[in-house]
Amino acid sequence: MEPAFAVLVGLFFAVAIYLMLSKHVIRILLGVAIFGNAVNLLIFTSGRVMREVAAIIPEGATTLAGPVANPLPQALILTAIVISFSFFAFLLVLAYRAYQELGTDDTDGMRVAEPEGEPLPPIGY
Amino acid sequence: MTKLLASARRVKTGDRPLTFFALILPFLAAAAAPILTRILKHNAAWVLALAPLWIFSHFCGMLGAIAGGGTVSGGFDWIPSLGVRFSWYMDGLSLTFALLISGIGTLIVLYSGGYLKGHEHQGRFFSFILMFMGAMQGLVVSDSFLMLFVFWELTSITSFLLIGFDHRREASRRAALQALVVTGLGGLSLLAALLVVWSATGQNELSTLLASGNVLRESPFYLLALILLLGGAFTKSAQFPFHFWLPNAMEAPTPVSAYLHSATMVKAGVYLLMRLNPVMGDTAPWETILPLFGGATLFVGTLLAVRQTDLKLMLAYTTVGSLGLLVMLTGFGSETAVEAAVLYLIAHSMFKGALFMVAGLVDHETGTRHISSLSGLRGAMPITFTAGLLAALSMGGVPLFFGFLAKEEIYAALAIGGGWATLALLVALIGNVLMFAIGFTVGLKPFIGPMGNAPKKAHEGPILLWLGPLVLALSGFAAALYSPLAHHLLSSPMASAVAGQSLTVEISTLPHIGAPLFLSALTIVLGIEAYLTQAKLRAGMVSLLAAIGWGPDRGFDQAMRGLVRLAVRVTRIVQNGRLDFYLTVVFIAVALALLVPMIMFGELPSMPSWPDLRFYELTVMAIAVIGLGAVVYAKDRLTAIVSLGIQGFAVALLFMLLGAPDLSFTQFMVETLSVVILALVMTRLRLAVTEHRPFGQKALDITVSTACGVAFALLLLKVTQLPFDATLSSFFEAHSKAIAHGRNIVNVIIVDFRGLDTLGEISVVMIAGLSILALIRVRAKGHEKVKTTRQEQAPCEH
Repeated sequence: MEPAFAVLVGLFFAVAIYLMLSKHVIRILLGVAIFGNAVNLLIFTSGRVMREVAAIIPEGATTLAGPVANPLPQALILTAIVISFSFFAFLLVLAYRAYQELGTDDTDGMRVAEPEGEPLPPIGY
Repeated sequence: MTKLLASARRVKTGDRPLTFFALILPFLAAAAAPILTRILKHNAAWVLALAPLWIFSHFCGMLGAIAGGGTVSGGFDWIPSLGVRFSWYMDGLSLTFALLISGIGTLIVLYSGGYLKGHEHQGRFFSFILMFMGAMQGLVVSDSFLMLFVFWELTSITSFLLIGFDHRREASRRAALQALVVTGLGGLSLLAALLVVWSATGQNELSTLLASGNVLRESPFYLLALILLLGGAFTKSAQFPFHFWLPNAMEAPTPVSAYLHSATMVKAGVYLLMRLNPVMGDTAPWETILPLFGGATLFVGTLLAVRQTDLKLMLAYTTVGSLGLLVMLTGFGSETAVEAAVLYLIAHSMFKGALFMVAGLVDHETGTRHISSLSGLRGAMPITFTAGLLAALSMGGVPLFFGFLAKEEIYAALAIGGGWATLALLVALIGNVLMFAIGFTVGLKPFIGPMGNAPKKAHEGPILLWLGPLVLALSGFAAALYSPLAHHLLSSPMASAVAGQSLTVEISTLPHIGAPLFLSALTIVLGIEAYLTQAKLRAGMVSLLAAIGWGPDRGFDQAMRGLVRLAVRVTRIVQNGRLDFYLTVVFIAVALALLVPMIMFGELPSMPSWPDLRFYELTVMAIAVIGLGAVVYAKDRLTAIVSLGIQGFAVALLFMLLGAPDLSFTQFMVETLSVVILALVMTRLRLAVTEHRPFGQKALDITVSTACGVAFALLLLKVTQLPFDATLSSFFEAHSKAIAHGRNIVNVIIVDFRGLDTLGEISVVMIAGLSILALIRVRAKGHEKVKTTRQEQAPCEH
């Protein structure tokens, strides 16, 4: 089953990166959101996948009855989902505020910090 | 804890803890200087001078042992695993330098007390000059290469601080930077030289290197080591064509010029050459390069000195010339030449230090250093006049003074016939004649004749100011008077150390009939002539230099300007402010980092068989793919947002199907929230979500993203084809219930086993929340500011 996931993860990465290479902040944001999913799936798949059996110990038992899905990547991804969501929300508000202040969502137009055609720094000691 | 090391092969006479204390005392005094100066004002000089005075007396205690042919060494283990020790080694050469540094240092500290009296940063100045003293002293007594290099660099840094002491003037800042750049580059060259010597001989201490005989000379790396070494020595000792920083360093207060830039620091390069003469000298490159550069420096330095009208600049250029003379003599390497170099070095430190202090004193009392405004001060400043005259007599090489002994020995060393030596003799003669003239221009001319038109009414300075020059000038006289004793204690041991064999300096002030005496007399006659006609000489030099026009000093400015331009150009390429450029570079690097090693090391995954997928799994994957495609091709905002939701929910479904219900729930919630928030925000932005990338851009972007996608797919395929290490997972599975009493293993990992990580995660969420809040709330205040900035920028954009 992993090879199918490998191809899917590759596709997720390709789409996410293509969107992030855009000059438009909105497209970059969409790319970041997809990128988070791509990374999560990557971690998930590298921990091997298994159908339907959740990593839950049955009532009354102290150990698992049989093989279950690997819990470790799940714990990692759970953290990652939450963090990538907060990151996404922050970027979204940042993009929104930038648009309000600068009137553009084109990254080439956002040059307040690094204006184009800056003069040479003063030559002195 | 460092451990005291006993070393049997060396003669030990010094008291180790006391010598170590002597090495760190200047730094301790430097730390105490600002507070002392706050309490005692300029009189702190009397207290601070006790530090170098004690060091001087400590080193004097070694005179007997070293004059008897012994050496003093000691040290501590520093980094035993690398074989690096904090060790010192003193023979005649080191000891003479150490005495000059601490002795003149004592006088300089006192002099600074008077010179900078009332200056708001006098405490800082004391601190810097004491730090320099510690560095210089460490440099000349260091045994291990590492210490030598560290102290060498420290002298460059403290010199930078002292030259730039008056940091409000641009000229000071320029001179400080120039000195740092030139000597700093030399320091790197020295480091390389020491590493080459270390690897060529296996020695990383001077004492063992000196005992290694011909090993270095016969090494194939000899020439490389020599050239790198000269890179360090020539920059530090201001040899032509690196001489230009030294006259500029006269921007520093006069005590600094007297101490660093005549008596001690600039001689560090000469020290290094003398130190390594026994193991590197006596070869064809050594005996060609050193006299050549030294002679050129002597010639250029003294000629340039003639054109100056500023007392300090005259002295500075003669210092350049003197350093050239010392390098030339060291390069000749004959016994007499070594003796001459040693005598001249000692004499020069005394008379040049004294003359600098006299020049500073005259400047301090009259408000000018310009030679044409200064005359007739003998009545107002009798003590200064005495000190200046005595120093000038020594500099001029007049009999009864130590400078005379040095000059006699120089002529004795060079008047041996042969084309090479005769040329050197001629250069030395011209140099000495001009130095004679300059010496008296500084030490005599301001004091005789009618009263000049100086800005201030001159009178004798306080004792703090005249004590230093007077003591130094008198010691030049006394050393000649008691020359057998001076030779026994200083000159002979030092000459022996430089030559690497036992030498006895015997010259005395009694005139010996012969070529040297004749040449000395000729020097004095021509010197008087040059002194009297100096106005004409100066005019000639000025017109000659105007004809040449360009010099290394202007070259330095051009180089610095070029460096700034280059930096700007490189910055504009690598930091052009275009986000898509940065991201493209990053992702190209990602693709290369993943693909290149995989292909180079043959780690590509093997071809997988067709996966055993159930139809519903395939369906969910297809939904995800459709979602992805729709995001890329969406024509309006709503479609794009909904499509984003589609791929997100498909991922959630996949988690659900593969035994990860917790992930699935979280993903559902997060995707729902994302879609809702995105829809809310995006509807407020009047923007088209579609874009038109130019074809070339599009082709590049597709290539980069496809390469990354393929790379990640291959990586993941390879990872899943390798055996799986389930150690951690098994641990959590086995202990979740037993230790943490939870049945849902994923939850137990998050809240229990890795609880601290979760705390970190919550902090991240909180910080993101706060930042979002801040971004929304600063709007009212920040709005105006950004708007005005934009208006200012507006003209640039068109």
